[in-house]
Amino acid sequence: MTKSKDLINLYFQMLRIRRVEEAIASRYKEQEMRCPTHLYIGQEAVAAGVCHNLKQTDLVVSNHRSHGHYLAKGGDLKKMIAEIYGKVTGCSRGRGGSQHLLDLSVNFCGAIPIVGETIALGTGMAWAEKMKNKKSVTAAFFGDAAVEEGVFAESLNFASLKNLPVLYVCENNLYSILTPMGDRQPEREIYKYAASFAVKSFKGDGNNVTEVDRLSKKAVDFIRQGAGPVFLEFMTYRQREHCGPDFEPVGFRPIEEVEFWMNKDPLKVQERFLSAKKLINDDIKEKMKSEIETEISDAFRFAKESLYPGANFNMEQIFAKS
Amino acid sequence: MRNLTYAQAINEATDQLMAKDPNVFIIGEGVPDPKVIFGTTAGLLAKYGKGRVFDMPLSENGMTGICIGAALRGMRPILVHQRIDFSLLSFDQIANVAAKWHYMFGGQQSVPMVIRMLIGRGWGQGAQHSQSLQAIYGHIPGLKVVMPSLPSDAKGMFISAVLDNNPVIFIEHRWLHNLKGNVGREFYKTPLFKAKILKKGKDVTLVTTSYMTIEGIRAAEILQREGIYLDLIDGRSIKPVDFNTIITSVKKTGKLIVADTGYASFGYASEVISGVSKEAFNYLKSAPVAITLPDIPTSTSMKETEKYYPTYIDIIEKAMAIAGKNKMQIKKVVSGEKAKRTLSWDIPDKSFTGPF
Repeated sequence: MTKSKDLINLYFQMLRIRRVEEAIASRYKEQEMRCPTHLYIGQEAVAAGVCHNLKQTDLVVSNHRSHGHYLAKGGDLKKMIAEIYGKVTGCSRGRGGSQHLLDLSVNFCGAIPIVGETIALGTGMAWAEKMKNKKSVTAAFFGDAAVEEGVFAESLNFASLKNLPVLYVCENNLYSILTPMGDRQPEREIYKYAASFAVKSFKGDGNNVTEVDRLSKKAVDFIRQGAGPVFLEFMTYRQREHCGPDFEPVGFRPIEEVEFWMNKDPLKVQERFLSAKKLINDDIKEKMKSEIETEISDAFRFAKESLYPGANFNMEQIFAKS
Repeated sequence: MRNLTYAQAINEATDQLMAKDPNVFIIGEGVPDPKVIFGTTAGLLAKYGKGRVFDMPLSENGMTGICIGAALRGMRPILVHQRIDFSLLSFDQIANVAAKWHYMFGGQQSVPMVIRMLIGRGWGQGAQHSQSLQAIYGHIPGLKVVMPSLPSDAKGMFISAVLDNNPVIFIEHRWLHNLKGNVGREFYKTPLFKAKILKKGKDVTLVTTSYMTIEGIRAAEILQREGIYLDLIDGRSIKPVDFNTIITSVKKTGKLIVADTGYASFGYASEVISGVSKEAFNYLKSAPVAITLPDIPTSTSMKETEKYYPTYIDIIEKAMAIAGKNKMQIKKVVSGEKAKRTLSWDIPDKSFTGPF
C-alpha cells in the first residue's frame, strides 16, 4: 500500500509537470521558444508513477515527449527551460532544444526524437550497468508507435537474452501524431507482443497514478531481484496536439474519445482519490500551486536572462578530446 | 623485423587493447566462432571469456544502439560487421545517434566506440557483399573514418581508434587480410588523421586507399622503369582527408591521380580532387584523374567483373598519360603488363580458393 505522503507527492509531481507544460504552452506564442515542443499534458501519471520508484542511481532515457520524464527524474527545471529558449545555460548548452534533453547529474541519460532509438540506447546502458555490477534499473520511455520499429524487437530480444535490468515503459496514447492505432497495428495488445520476447509484461491505466506507482514498484522490484527486463504498457492520452502549444482542432480526434480522456485527466483522478481519503483540500492545493508557480517563474526569468551560445561555430566542438 | 599479416595485426591490437582496459569488449556476428572473423579475433574468447567477447543476434541496428548505450555508460565497444554492406542496417544509429551525441548535447558526453567494417571482393560475392562505402560514412559530421592499407597501420590505427573517445569507423579490406608486413610488438598508436607517404617522387602524385594502395605500390615499381616517379600517398584517413600531405605533394608534382576502392560518384576520389582543385588550383598542370569503380553494382559473374576493378595497369596507363607519354609508349607498357598477368582477377592471390 502506498503511503499517504507518497500519494500526495505523486499528485504534486504531476501538478508540477502540468504547470510547467502549461507555462510553456502559454508563452509559446511569444516566439522565443524556437524549437518544436511536444507537451506531456495528460500523461503525467506515467512519468510521476514510474520515476517515484527509481533511485538517483537508476537511469532514464526518453523520446521527443520527454519533459515529464526529465522533471520526474529530478532534472533541473531552469536548465530545461533555458534549453528550450536555446540559451547556453540550457541542459544541452542550447544545442538540442526541447527534443534533446540531458541531465547526467540525476541520471536522466538522454532524450532524442527519432522514435525507437532510445529503446536500444537504454538497453545498452542497462547492459553496461550490469557488466559493471551496478545493480541499477534503466527505464526507457516510449510511445505506442515505437513498438512498430524493428529496433524495438531487436532491443527486447537482446534484453531478454541477456537478462538485462531494463524497464520498458510504453505510453499508449492511441495516436502516432494523428494516425490512430487501427491504421498502424493489428488488433492485439502491445504488452502481449512484448511478452512474446519472454519478457514479463503488464498493462495498466496510465491515468491513475496510484496504479502506475503500484505496477512500477512491482516491475522495479522484479528487476532489482535480477529477474530480467519488464515491460509496462500504460493507456493514456495526449491532451493537446502532437507538437505545439494548442489543443487539436475539434474533430481531429473523435469528440467522444477526447471527452472521455479529459474526464480521466490524471490530476483530476488523483484529486478525487485524495479528497475521498481526506488527504487533500483547497488549501494544500493552493500551497502546492504557489510553490510551483514561484519555481516556474524563476525558471523562465533565468532562461530569458541567459545568454545565447555564440554565433561562431568551430569544428573542434564536434569531437571529444581523447 | 617481425612480419604479421594485416589480420594478425588487428588481432594483436585487439588483444593488447583488451588486456590494458577491462572496459573494451568486442561483439559481432561470428566474432567468437571458430572462423574468428578471418583470423582477426583469434584467441580472444579463450583469453577474455564470454563476458567480453560476444556473438550477436542478427540485429545490426538495435545492437549498434545497444553498443552506443554501453559506450555512454563507460564501456568501449568494438562492433564488427563482416561486410560493410550490412552496416547500412544500422546507419540510423551510427549517423543519427553516435555521430551526433557529443554535439547535440553541447559536448557533455561522447561515444567511444569503434565499428570495424570489412570490404569484400571477388569470388562472385556480388552487389551486396562487395561495396566500399567509406564515402557514406565520411559525409557524416561526428565520425572519424579510417582505411589502413598496411599491417603496421592496421595495428597502430586500430589502437588509436579504440583509444579515441569518439565513434571511429575502421574499414578493412578482405584482400588485405593476408598481406604481410613489419609490425611492431609494442602497444603503439598511429594517428587517425594523417596520410602516409610511401614513396617519394617528383612526377605524379598518386593518392590511394585501402587495397588500391597495393595496386599503387605495384604500379610505382613498374613506372620507375619508364622513368616516372610517383609521390605515392596512402590516404589512410578518409575523414578527415589529409589535405596537408596531399597538397604539399601536388605543389611539387602538379599532377594528381586518386585511386579509391569506392564507386565513382560522391566518393573519396571526388573529395580529394575537389579539395585540391579549390586549394591548389594554380599548382595543377593537368586535370586530376580519378580511378574508381564505375557507378555500377558488382556483378557475381566472373566474366562481368573482368574490367570492373581497376588495377595497377590502369594506374600505370593514367600515370603515363598524365606524365606526357605518347599513346604508343603507353600501349606498349600496358599490353606488356596485361600479358604478364596470370592471376585470375577474382582472387587476391593463388592461395585463395573461395568462398569468401
